[in-house]
This record gives sequence, structure tokens and C-alpha cells, in this order.
Amino acid sequence: MTPLEPITVSHLHHPAGDRFGRCERQPFVEVDQLSLHYRGKPAFQDVTLSINKGCITALVGPSGCGKTSFLTCLNRLTDLIAGCRVSGRITIETLDVLAPGLDVIQLRRRIGMIFQKPNPFPLSIRKNLEFPLREHGVRDRRQIAQTIEATLRDVGLWEEVKDRLDSPALALSGGQQQRLCIARSLALAPEVLLMDEPCSALDPLSSGVVEDLIVSLRGRYTILIVTHNLAQARRIADDAAFFWVQNGVGRLIEAGIAKQIFEEPHDPLTAAYVSGMRG
Amino acid sequence: MTSSNSNTSSRWATDHLLSWFLWGTAMMAGTIALLIMVFLVLEALPALQHIGLVRFFTDSSWHPAEGLYNLAPMLWGTLFAMAGSVLIATPLGILSAIFCHYYAPPALAGPYRRLIELLAGIPSVVYGFWGLVVLVPLIGEVHPPGPSLLAGILILTIMILPTIALMADASLAHVPQHYLRGAAALGLPRWAMIRRVVFPAAKSGLFTGVILETGRAIGETMAILMVCGNVVQTPSSLFDPVRTLTANIALEMAYALGDHRAALFVSGLVLMAMIVALIVSAEWISRGRIYD
Amino acid sequence: MIETPNQSWNLREWLAFASVWGAAVLVTVTFCWLLGDIIWHGLSHISWTFLTAPPENAGRRGGIGPILVSTGLILGVCLAVSLPLGVGTAVLLAEFTSDTNLFGRLTRRSLDVLAGVPSIVFGLFGNAFFCKTLGLGFSILSGGLTLACMVLPILIRSTEEGFRAVPDNYRLSAAALGLSRTATLVHLLLPAAVPGLLVGLVLGVGRAIAETAALIFTSGYVDRMPESLLDSGRALSIHIFDLSMNVSGGDANAYASALVLVIMLLIINGTASWLATHSLHRKIVTV
Ligand SMILES: Nc1ncnc2c1ncn2[C@@H]1O[C@H](COP(=O)(O)OP(=O)(O)OP(=O)(O)O)[C@@H](O)[C@H]1O
Ligand SMILES: [Mg+2]
Repeated sequence: MTPLEPITVSHLHHPAGDRFGRCERQPFVEVDQLSLHYRGKPAFQDVTLSINKGCITALVGPSGCGKTSFLTCLNRLTDLIAGCRVSGRITIETLDVLAPGLDVIQLRRRIGMIFQKPNPFPLSIRKNLEFPLREHGVRDRRQIAQTIEATLRDVGLWEEVKDRLDSPALALSGGQQQRLCIARSLALAPEVLLMDEPCSALDPLSSGVVEDLIVSLRGRYTILIVTHNLAQARRIADDAAFFWVQNGVGRLIEAGIAKQIFEEPHDPLTAAYVSGMRG
Repeated sequence: MTSSNSNTSSRWATDHLLSWFLWGTAMMAGTIALLIMVFLVLEALPALQHIGLVRFFTDSSWHPAEGLYNLAPMLWGTLFAMAGSVLIATPLGILSAIFCHYYAPPALAGPYRRLIELLAGIPSVVYGFWGLVVLVPLIGEVHPPGPSLLAGILILTIMILPTIALMADASLAHVPQHYLRGAAALGLPRWAMIRRVVFPAAKSGLFTGVILETGRAIGETMAILMVCGNVVQTPSSLFDPVRTLTANIALEMAYALGDHRAALFVSGLVLMAMIVALIVSAEWISRGRIYD
Repeated sequence: MIETPNQSWNLREWLAFASVWGAAVLVTVTFCWLLGDIIWHGLSHISWTFLTAPPENAGRRGGIGPILVSTGLILGVCLAVSLPLGVGTAVLLAEFTSDTNLFGRLTRRSLDVLAGVPSIVFGLFGNAFFCKTLGLGFSILSGGLTLACMVLPILIRSTEEGFRAVPDNYRLSAAALGLSRTATLVHLLLPAAVPGLLVGLVLGVGRAIAETAALIFTSGYVDRMPESLLDSGRALSIHIFDLSMNVSGGDANAYASALVLVIMLLIINGTASWLATHSLHRKIVTV
């Protein structure tokens, strides 16, 4: 495992100039023959996929095809689920994610995750950001304060909450809560962000704000986003992967550059799905 | 959940320390019941060896000083007191809960429920004391001497009534609202609805309540000790004084030695056997529920 | 309208109506009688001196000062032991084992049995284990430890419920942030589980304070002011029992002691139900 770089403000805070970073199409996460079983029952099988550094990869597919399950393999949240077995290979750079002796705490620091329902802790806004930092060994008060400000600026929340950092996070609106959750992940300086339908519990306006935020993170983070909103996927994704259920088991049907997947898909299933027909 | 893997980070070490601590506490908490059984058996063993199980039921009487150890009269005392109080408390308690849910005006249901909860919290020694100074003299006027099986049954009834009432209350609360709406839509009057719809739906909860109150009735000591008269005899009428197994232990433990002490632990074992039988039957009932 | 069934229905409905109301009235009257009797006879005897003075003449005169102290000490020992054990076990059962885990299932089963053990059997066990085997004799320590075993199932059950009421997404998001389980427990789960823990605590205290049978031959009868935890000490409930059964002419003070005990329990019960509704309220707000 590569040693963690210390969290610095410069790492997080980018001048407005390169707000829209670029995607270099360099493989960063390699998934090979990945399968997942819940109590012996397969959720998805044989997924082989390569995820490019700094790009936004959209995972699309019908409900129950294993998109969420796929994401949770990458940060090993699957460890928390009784009876869940993962086989195959995942490598991030040179790190073997599924290795038995891996330090999952460090892994999860490198890989942030955003959930469908905003889930800030029932603490103050400040504590929501500060407490994970402290747990990861950042003790310096000034550094913590700077990181909090920088990440809140990053997600465009700073102006909205700077005067009430000590009020409960649960008093924020849904969209604000979701951006706070994104800030909470960004504060730990992750390399990969997993987003599981981050906009689907939000109203269209907040959804748009969060979408813009995700776009602004392109280039700096490798982002995997699950979305049921194909228009959104078209707007923001560089790459796309299409999952489908065959015989009750999730499969990766097609993956590649988003434009190609959405406009000239090779597989008829993909074509049917992206054109809004039923397969 | 999966157990954690060996790791170098110090936070994992804290996690491990914590998990060891938790396992330790749970291990201790989990073994207490076992420890109780072990000690009961260990202490009862001399009596079981010297006297043998059979003599506890065939000896001519309970006279430990003379080596006579017949537990049967006390067993009957316990069973009669239990049966009597369960027979009275069960309908009263269930009717109480029905009152709360279907008959009481809303302004009354809340306070009445509070009252039952308070009743549940009053210590047995207070019930016993009240029975001793109020109930026993009253019974004594009707049919001397006063301290009697009847007094024990009445006091036990008051004591276990909150248990069944609260359990019944909880299980009535779980009856799905749409059952009731369905019944009301059929034009069923109140009691018919309760009998045909509510009771079947709440059956297993009510059974559990009965089991719990029976357990309390068997195990109750102080209240019954204070009002029952404590004469070792198989009662032939409701007005006869009796002694229960629990009262016997409480009365004699202070000075019992040797086989006598061991014999008291045997009665403790008998009590435990009754409780375990109850728990097993409760399990059996709740299992059976799946199939009906 | 059809005649006959309606009439029999009416009769039945009336009978049911009468017996439901009859039961409710009977219960209420009995309760008021009991409570009224104790308040009526006890209130005139309660005074500051009664609460602080030592008992005289086997308790016929004087107060209950040392007895309150002993009761408090027994309760203190009970909580000092049962709280860490109970919370630790609840955390393990709720957070660190799955529902199918064999150890968890065995522990739960054993706690169910423990919850059903009659208090007199706890007394037998306490006498044999704490007094005799561990050599603590008739002492406040033995009594408190015996009570600790007794309240453990109550404490564990409601604390565990407190933990189960914490939404799962806190655990998931904490894990996704790479927080250790200790940190998650201390910063997130424990604070959220506090209401359940408090309810269990209050219920346990209520049960412990009301207990008599388990204490007669573990903490003993001595009504002097205890000097250490190894002294025998008389709990309030035992005092009431002793005054009414073994001391002729002790009824007046027994009434007063009973009233003190009932008041303590009313306060404890009130706290428990307030906490329960309060924590329910909190849950709704946070979700
Ligand atoms: N914890 C679990 N235990 C057992 N089965 C599960 C569990 N989580 C998910 N599954 C099953 O695995 C399959 C994939 O679920 P998953 O949640 O990954 O789908 P998804 O693609 O994210 O669906 P959606 O778009 O509705 O979120 C489903 O059939 C689901 O029922
Ligand atoms: Mg999903």
C-alpha cells in the first residue's frame, strides 16, 4: 500500500480556473472476473471492467442488476454484510483490494462513498467533517479548520453554512445534506469517489447543483456514479458501463466511452435500454 | 459479521481490544444462568445423595430436624396458589387491555394504562404488607384464621395482573388496523369483532402473557409468605393456611444446615425446573404459531 | 332487520360491555384502596427525622436512616457491576454478532432463562456463590452482586433495543469513511443508544429497589449504619418485611417505610416512561 500523503489544502482547493478538469483515459481501477454472492445466491457475475483515472464513469442498468453491490466491493463494505462472498480481482494502481490482510480502513480512506439518501451524522455540520479527520489522525486545529473551509467551498456550501457551522447537520435541506456528505468524503482526500444514485433523493434544483458539483470534480477524482437518469449520465459521464439481469444474475453487458455507449451501442440490449425501450 | 483480519494499524488494535472486552462481558453475562444451575445442583447434591429424589415426595411430612423431607404439601401450595391466581388474573388482565383499546373513552385509556404500569412497579413486599394488614383480617372475619390460600391467591392475582394486562395491551396494539376496519365494514358489533378478529390475531401474544404471569406466580415469595400462614399442609379448603416452595426457602434458609440446607436447594431446583418448562412451552407455542 | 341473531348479539354485547367495565373498575378500585391505605397510614409518620434517624427498639421507633444508606450502597454495587457488563454484552449482541451467530443465540437464550429465574432462587445462588464460595459473607457486596445478576437481562434487553434503533446508514457511512469500529461506537452509536440505555437503567433500578427475597440471605438483616461494603446492611424492602412479620407493633413504621419505597418507585417509573416517550420523540426528529 502506498503511504498516504498528508492532507493539504492545496490538494483540495483548486483555483476556479480549472473548474472543469480533464479525463486522461488512463486505467486506474482494474476489475477482473468479479462475482458477488449473497448467501450463496449470485448478485452479479464475471464483471471485467477498467476504470480510467480522473474520469466520470456512469454505471447504468435496471433495478436489481447489482450496481450498488458492485460499488460496495470496491471499498469492501461487503465485509459488513453477513453471508456476502466476493471473488475475482480488483486492483487500484498496484493495490490488491480483495487481499485478505488488507487494511480496509486505509482503503476506505482512499475511496470515498456517497449514498443515495443523504446521511450526515446526527452531529453539527463542523463535527461531521472534523470527526472523521480526527479519526484519521489529523490533530492540528488549524489544519482541520482549513480543510473544513476548503472542502465546503469545493462543494459550494461554504457561503451557505459558514455562519452556522455548529448547528445540526440534519437541519440542512436534502441537497445541502448531500453536498455535506460529499464534502465529508472529500475532506479525507480520497482518490476514488463511489456515488450511488447521489441525486435521486433530491428535488430537481438540488439535483442540478449536485450534478454541477460532480462535474467540477472531474480530473481530480476518479468517479464512479450509479444513476437511473440516463439524461444525466449522458450529460456528465466520460465512460459508461451497462449492467443487465440475465437469469436473475447481474452481468456487465457493455462498457466503454459514454458517447459510444449512448449513441452507437454494440449490444442490442444496450441499444434498447438507452433508447428507453424494454429489453 | 466477518471478523477483522490481523492488521498493523493501531486503530485496529483498539478495535481488537474493544472486541475482546465485549466478548468478555458477554461471556460473563451469558454464563450466569449456567452458574446458577451449577450452584443449585452442587448445593442440592448432598440431599439428593443422602435422601434421594423419591423421598421428597413419599416421606410422611416435612420435619427436617427429624430427617423427614416431604416437599409435596409445599408443591401443592405453590400449584394451587398459582392456578387460582392465573385463573382470576388472566380474564381480568385481558379485559383490562380490551378496556384500554376498545371500550375506554380516549381520556380514560391513557391514565388507566399508566395505572397498570404503576401497579407493575409496586414491590411485592408492599403488596404483602397490604395483604397482611388489610386483606387477611377481612378474610379472618369471614372465615378464621385469615392467613390462607385464598389470601395468597388474591394477593398473587393483584401482583400478576399487570404482567398479563401489559402483555395483552401490547399484543392488541399489534393487531393490524385493517382487520378492524374490515370487521367494522361488515357491521360487526364491538364484542363480536373482538371475539372473531382481535383474539385470533393477538392469540400468541396473549399466550406469552399467560406464560409470563404464570412464571411470576410460581416465583413470587415475599407477598405470599406474608399472607399465607405458612403451615405445612396440603390445603383442603380455600381458607386453610398453606406454605409454598418459595416461602419455605425464605423461612428456613436462615438457619438451615447440612441436609436441610441441601433440601432447600432441591426445592430451588424444582422451581427452576418449573420455570424452564414454562420457557420451553412458550417457545413451543411461538414456534407453532408459524404453522397456524 | 333479522330478529333473532340480533337479540342474542345484544345480550352478548351487553355482557361484554359490563364485564370489561367491571374489570376496569375493579382494578382501579383495588389500586386506589392499596395506595390510599399506604398513603393514609404512612404520610403522618414521614418526616425528616424519620428519614435520617437510626431505628430504635427493633424498628418500632426511630427512623430509617441507616437503612436508606444500605439500600443506596446495595444499589450502587449492583449498578457498578451490571452497567459495564450489561452495556458490553448489549453492544456485542447488537453490533458485533449477526443474528445467526451461535454464541449470540446462546447468550440470548441464557439471558431469557435468567430473566425468568425467581428472585428467591437468585437468593439461594447468591448465598451459595457470593456469601459462601467467594467468602463475602452476609454483606452489602453479596447483596449488590446478586441483584446485579438479576437486573442484567433487563439492562441488556433495553440497551440492545437502543442500539437496534440506530439507523443502519450511520454504520455504513461510518465504515465508508474508513472509521474504526471503536470510533463508530463511541462517537455515533453510543450517543444514539443512550435513551434505550437509560430506560433499561431506570427499569433495572426499579427492580433492584423493589427486591426482597434475593436479599434476605445475601445482604442480611443488620440495621446498623454500614461501615464498609463487607458489612451486612438491611435494605428498605427487608425492613418493611421484618417490621410487619417479626416485630409486633411495627406497623406504623412499616407503613411509613412502605410509603417511602412506593414514592421512590413512582419517581423511577415516571422517569422511565418520560424517558421512553422522550427518546421516541428524539428518534422521530433525527430520522
Ligand atoms: N444485503 C443483501 N443481502 C441479500 N441480497 C442482497 C443484498 N443486497 C442486495 N441484494 C440482492 O442483490 C441484487 C442486486 O442488488 P443491488 O442493490 O446491488 O442492485 P442495484 O442495481 O443497486 O439496484 P437499484 O438500482 O434498485 O439500486 C438484488 O437482487 C438484491 O435483491
Ligand atoms: Mg442500488
